[in-house]
Amino acid sequence: MTQTAIAPIAETLFLAEPVVRLIGGQHRESGRIVFPCPPDDSFEPVPLSPRGTLWSYTVQRFRPKTPPYRGPEAFEPFALGYVELPGEVIVETRIVDVPFEALRIGMPMVATAVPFGADDGGEPRLIYAFTADAITIDQGAEQ
Amino acid sequence: MRDVFIVGVGIHPFGRTDARTGLQQGAYAVRQALADAGVTWGDMQFAYGGSDAAGNADTMVGDLGLTGLPFVNVSNGCATGGSALFGAHNAIRSGEFDLGIAVGFDKHPRGAFNPLPADWSLPDWYGDVGLMVTTQFFAMKIRRYMDRFGITERSLVRVAEKAFRNGTLADHAWRRSPVDAETIANSQMVSDPLTKYMFCSPAEGGVALVLASEKRAQALGGMKVRLRSVAVRSRPAGSFEVFAPMVDIDNGGSATRLASGAAFEMAGVGPGDIDVAQLQDTESGAEIMHMAENGFCADGEQEQWLAEGRTEIGGALPVNTDGGCLACGEPIGASGLRQVYENALQLAGRAGARQVPGGPRLGYSHVYGAPGVSGVAILER
Repeated sequence: MTQTAIAPIAETLFLAEPVVRLIGGQHRESGRIVFPCPPDDSFEPVPLSPRGTLWSYTVQRFRPKTPPYRGPEAFEPFALGYVELPGEVIVETRIVDVPFEALRIGMPMVATAVPFGADDGGEPRLIYAFTADAITIDQGAEQ
Repeated sequence: MRDVFIVGVGIHPFGRTDARTGLQQGAYAVRQALADAGVTWGDMQFAYGGSDAAGNADTMVGDLGLTGLPFVNVSNGCATGGSALFGAHNAIRSGEFDLGIAVGFDKHPRGAFNPLPADWSLPDWYGDVGLMVTTQFFAMKIRRYMDRFGITERSLVRVAEKAFRNGTLADHAWRRSPVDAETIANSQMVSDPLTKYMFCSPAEGGVALVLASEKRAQALGGMKVRLRSVAVRSRPAGSFEVFAPMVDIDNGGSATRLASGAAFEMAGVGPGDIDVAQLQDTESGAEIMHMAENGFCADGEQEQWLAEGRTEIGGALPVNTDGGCLACGEPIGASGLRQVYENALQLAGRAGARQVPGGPRLGYSHVYGAPGVSGVAILER
């Protein structure tokens, strides 16, 4: 099963193809960009930059209470943080595939999508996440 | 506008009291405050009260007496107590009433809070994936602050050490034993960089304050602590608050900065005039950041302040003299009023073993909570 075969956890939250991009909302009058896009005519949905830098981070060390958490009963600590998308908005996100001790404020990040297992026996859902941006690290420039 | 005075205070010990409901703990605090002021429930012309999770405050009249008084229930998250005080303060300040009471209480289950996204105007996915956790916010706010302003983990430990040390001196505190620096630093990591002993826990407790006009306070002849200002503010654009899927690129302001500025302006005093302060310490980092957000020091100076012991009971600006939320726990509805209770005792010279020396004249209290609400009160002896 490819990732794109999995339904996203919410509609109009992010684009999975050709690259993962979160969908923000740009206020039609002020131009302010928010995330997620409110279900409101005063905001126009806009795809956000897939790349940014880590603004802050932490590690969730205990299983969040259910409800509202719907992750698997077997809990593994996970990283999360805020990623600054230049000139747009700073978004909160899970962080995947980065060792906890390697997390640094300012590190380049790129959007991705990963399956998230629901705890109620339902199908996994696709969620957005960010990971270390190897391209920016290697080439020193945004693609 | 008339001056308003605190003329009696009461508290139900914080922590866990299995035998009493939250409402009963609130009523306990009310009875104590009435006795402290030398008045009766029948003398109360109004009441403001609330809890976050322990029931409707106004049902207390069944226990305290069916006098027919107007009893306004307050529900304002972490600022419930502060908002009850705000309402009570204005009821007397406006000239409408001469004597009334503000009460806050709560009783939470063990463990972290489990708020639901829909109650906070957030989409369900936010809670589904594990982002609806208050501890994450506090960890990420202090992580960025440490990175920007050179605050070290040693300072996080120092704040917790001080809290537990002060808590040993407060009858109403939950944690009454000192905890050493090594234990704090090496305890279980909850949300990096914050360990278990750096976080407060949801708890139980109740606080009540009897307020009076100047004329009535004079006639009663007991405690007479002036409320110089009470301000409650919600979050401005560009602030970074609990339960935020996003932050504006252009950020920096906060509900705390707004409430603090308004309270200082109303009182006509500045941070340098304050003799004792109770600052929201949901975790160690919050106390550090709130020292600057409330105007007491510049960003980054906390490292030196803590190393020099300036916020200890005998220091230049004692902070959280009863151990704060870290030692008392956080019954949401009571927590903000506990801070005012502590300041009233300090200014009245009744704080016993934890009394700030030198006869403090001005006390400052600050409460903060989700989704970005803050309450500040300035008291004067």
